[in-house]
Amino acid sequence: MTSARNESRRPHLQQLGEWWNSLPRTRQWLVLIPVVLLIYALPVLNPPILSTEPGTNFPIACFNAARFALIALGLNVVVGQAGLLDLGYVGFFAVGAYVAALFTSPDSALAKLPYLVTLPLAMVITMFFGVVLGTPTLRLRGDYLAIVTLGFGEIVRLLATIVPPLKGQVGFQEVGHPPGRLPDGSLIFASSNGTPWYWLVVTLTIAMLMLVGNLERSRVGRAWVAIREDEDAAQIMGVPTFKFKLWAFAIGAAIGGLSGALFAGEVGFVNNQKFDVPTSVLFLAAVVLGGSGNKVGVLLGAFVVSYVPDRFTELANYKYLIFGLALIILMIFRPQGLLGARQRLLAKGREAYQRLIGRPEQVSSESALAAESAKGVGA
Amino acid sequence: MSQETGLQEVPDEAGEEHVQVEGGIVAELERMTPEERAEHEAEVAEVVAPDREIAVGFGETLLELREVTVRFGGLVALDAVSFGIRRGEILGLIGPNGAGKTTCFNAMTGVYRPTSGQVLLEDRPLGRRKRHQITRLGIARTFQNIRLFGEMTALENVVVGTDARHRTSVLGALLRGPRHRREEAEAVERAMALLEFVGIADRAADKARNLPYGYQRRLEIARALATEPKLLCLDEPAAGFNPAEKEQLMGLIRKIRDDGYTVLLIEHDMRLVMGVTDRIVVLEFGKKIAEGLPAEIRDNPAVIAAYLGVPDDGAA
Amino acid sequence: MHPLTTFLADAWINFDVGSLRDQFWSNTFDGLTYGAIYALVAMGYTLVYGVLNLINFAHSEVFIVGAYAVFFVLSGLGFGPSAPALSIGALVADLLLAMVAAMLVSAAVAVILERVAYRPLRRKGVPRLVFLITAIGASFTIQYLIFIWRGPSAEPAVIMFRPEAVFTVFGADIDDQQLTIVAAALVLMLVADVFVNRTRLGRGVRAVAQDPDTATLMGVNKERVIMLTFLMGGLLAGAASLFYVMKVPSGVQYSGGFILGIKAFAAAVLGGIGNIRGALLGGLLLGVVSNYGQTLLGASQWSDVVAFVVLVVVLMFRPTGILGESLGKARV
Repeated sequence: MTSARNESRRPHLQQLGEWWNSLPRTRQWLVLIPVVLLIYALPVLNPPILSTEPGTNFPIACFNAARFALIALGLNVVVGQAGLLDLGYVGFFAVGAYVAALFTSPDSALAKLPYLVTLPLAMVITMFFGVVLGTPTLRLRGDYLAIVTLGFGEIVRLLATIVPPLKGQVGFQEVGHPPGRLPDGSLIFASSNGTPWYWLVVTLTIAMLMLVGNLERSRVGRAWVAIREDEDAAQIMGVPTFKFKLWAFAIGAAIGGLSGALFAGEVGFVNNQKFDVPTSVLFLAAVVLGGSGNKVGVLLGAFVVSYVPDRFTELANYKYLIFGLALIILMIFRPQGLLGARQRLLAKGREAYQRLIGRPEQVSSESALAAESAKGVGA
Repeated sequence: MSQETGLQEVPDEAGEEHVQVEGGIVAELERMTPEERAEHEAEVAEVVAPDREIAVGFGETLLELREVTVRFGGLVALDAVSFGIRRGEILGLIGPNGAGKTTCFNAMTGVYRPTSGQVLLEDRPLGRRKRHQITRLGIARTFQNIRLFGEMTALENVVVGTDARHRTSVLGALLRGPRHRREEAEAVERAMALLEFVGIADRAADKARNLPYGYQRRLEIARALATEPKLLCLDEPAAGFNPAEKEQLMGLIRKIRDDGYTVLLIEHDMRLVMGVTDRIVVLEFGKKIAEGLPAEIRDNPAVIAAYLGVPDDGAA
Repeated sequence: MHPLTTFLADAWINFDVGSLRDQFWSNTFDGLTYGAIYALVAMGYTLVYGVLNLINFAHSEVFIVGAYAVFFVLSGLGFGPSAPALSIGALVADLLLAMVAAMLVSAAVAVILERVAYRPLRRKGVPRLVFLITAIGASFTIQYLIFIWRGPSAEPAVIMFRPEAVFTVFGADIDDQQLTIVAAALVLMLVADVFVNRTRLGRGVRAVAQDPDTATLMGVNKERVIMLTFLMGGLLAGAASLFYVMKVPSGVQYSGGFILGIKAFAAAVLGGIGNIRGALLGGLLLGVVSNYGQTLLGASQWSDVVAFVVLVVVLMFRPTGILGESLGKARV
């Protein structure tokens, strides 16, 4: 899998990784805080190199990128960490968006809830959907799972079309938003105003990054990676594989639902047109492009997938073609994505390695997809 | 598990500042006097030793196969095989290629279900338990063809083994609850000791797939020991080893037994089997043809016939 | 919680048992017709899966490309939104021409796909997930190449002939269109079955399906066999596309292959993926069942939902399908 060519092309990236790895945690924070501040300031700064205007309003483009980042983070739990190919992720995104719409839009017959309440509600409900879909399908081999989830994504869209209260193409207007008005009386969270929405999504993404990071550095994350690497061996080493696959699915679904609800709030309108399977493949492209199994990688991938069509609007019509081709080319020449899989699986790992051998663990950028899991047991 | 391990306790906060020794424990070990090293090894063995209740006493039957038959379609891979493994012993399971040794392993660890017959651990039938439950009950194994989690470091691989006995919930891990913290700390402690115990601590931070072959074999043993098994099953652990490495491995297997574990060993190399086991069970064509002390097996005509001269090798 | 109850009452789907009872037999016959088309497409999934153990996600695009070939050939021959006035002989000749064109185009796409996207990966021996993602990428690429070329909307309808009832069974008409499609599909499946089970090349296919390594050692050219399975799958999908356009004249659209592909895959799994006769059985069953579902639930999209549910249920309870999965027949 790793050709010598790849090895020689990697060094500076690897050096960067090693440098970062060797920094004490306090100094890592010193680097991280300004970076995060810069990310928050992005829509206000609107730097000319990055600006997507006049094609796309820059704060909106930032919001889109952040939304993709959140989605990619959730899908990465499923695809990158647990190694389950979920092609129907858009289905969970759609469920989240519909939850927000149904409970806040005046077009819905349901009780009205404050928008911010629908965010956790959307997570809970999509989690439920994840469990319902996962329970029968997660015992299956990986490629069956892929096609079943693909079907699921499409079914959610079809149901939105044919089940009357979901209002098909008419959809729901005036989906809610967080409260608050500016001094001049206009809404803070207006659809036209991307910046506050961007801040909200970035904040939630950082929160999710931390929570997902906590899981990664625990028996849950180790179980996921073990399943990805060799499911049979994982089971024999005492990992309840089905249970943890279901958890990966449910957690991925919940994050998908959250981003769906955020999307519904920002756009303010939900109908059945926005949740097609191509969108799902775009999500997958974000994860695979950046480096499945690498949190920084998938954020980068999400940025590329969202930013390129916004910046180069003349390419927007070609985006599916471009990312479809990118998937093929990537799989043939660099299946690990821009950055390879990278996970820390121990809560006190740094200290442990330091104590034992006096240096941090090996940095590597190999593929999460490189795991061979189709081997037979004990042949 | 004992917390006083002798490995320096490093405060959780700002741990880096407290690492005094260049090269960590591994390098420090190089500089120790023989007495210090022996003391350190005893401490490591202490941490590695199993810490769980076993319902049977030493010398009593820990695991029993009762008339176990495994059939694949028309092929009878195991035919009414019965034998017991006593707590604290090293039992060798030998036989020519295709005799059903690995099938026997697979039937014990839940990979296959016996077509008929029972496997009993501490007098309780394993029944239809799932593989991970059997591991939690106390049977751990290594694989003939190494099956490590290649993208994990050696240390992480071993910690996956310790997770078999952990009870942290997903919520607990998400919010870093007290049990999570305690179990993580204990797991790393034990995993580090295990790596030292099998002698591969110097490569603790390397990804498993980048380790040399001999290290990978040892890492498999460490990972299996991490589940604190009542019975450790080694499936041809010496495959591909040179004589010197085999010698080291025999030492390691004895050390594991002396640390309180019971070991079942499948092995082709008669010399190794004769040298390390307390008793031997011989399979041929899915049937048990002999059982007894190594010396008895060596002189057993049926075994000699089955092996056609291999025992000479063993006697050499 | 009052609004929630009304919501659930609204969402409740009425089962239109009366319609299903009235239309039971016409639904059955029409379902068999669709089923025959699914079966032909399912063959492509089954053959490739049997030999490579890989789901060729892009097979739905292999199929839809054939439908475009049918559209262009027939439009060129003067077919349009109303049935042409042609003698039987001329009509058959035109349709055969369209079918051959579609078969060639689909087969070419399938073989190129294998060559460009899959073979480099096979050489490297990459894991499954990488294969799957490549297949999805390929499916996408083809779909959106068509999109850019032909735009988002469906091509204008081409009517081949107006179906006329030939005879009546259980009070339901069977028309010549249904007969043509089912008969032609059966013949094609039979040919494929004979090819795989009775010819030398077919024996090679079965050998590779059973044990690629041993087959290679025995002198079977594995690469050629793989090429052959893609070729066969493509030919059958091309043929299916003619019948598809016959049945759904305005279904030629860049995304038209997607749902049909999922249904055909469901059919293959239902019958037992890797099993040629299973593909036929699964196709017919799925066609009928999803047609019943559509009538029972009252909207055409329900047909897709039912097919999907069938897929999940089969995978849950009998993942090897009705006839079991084996192209090589001797897999234990």
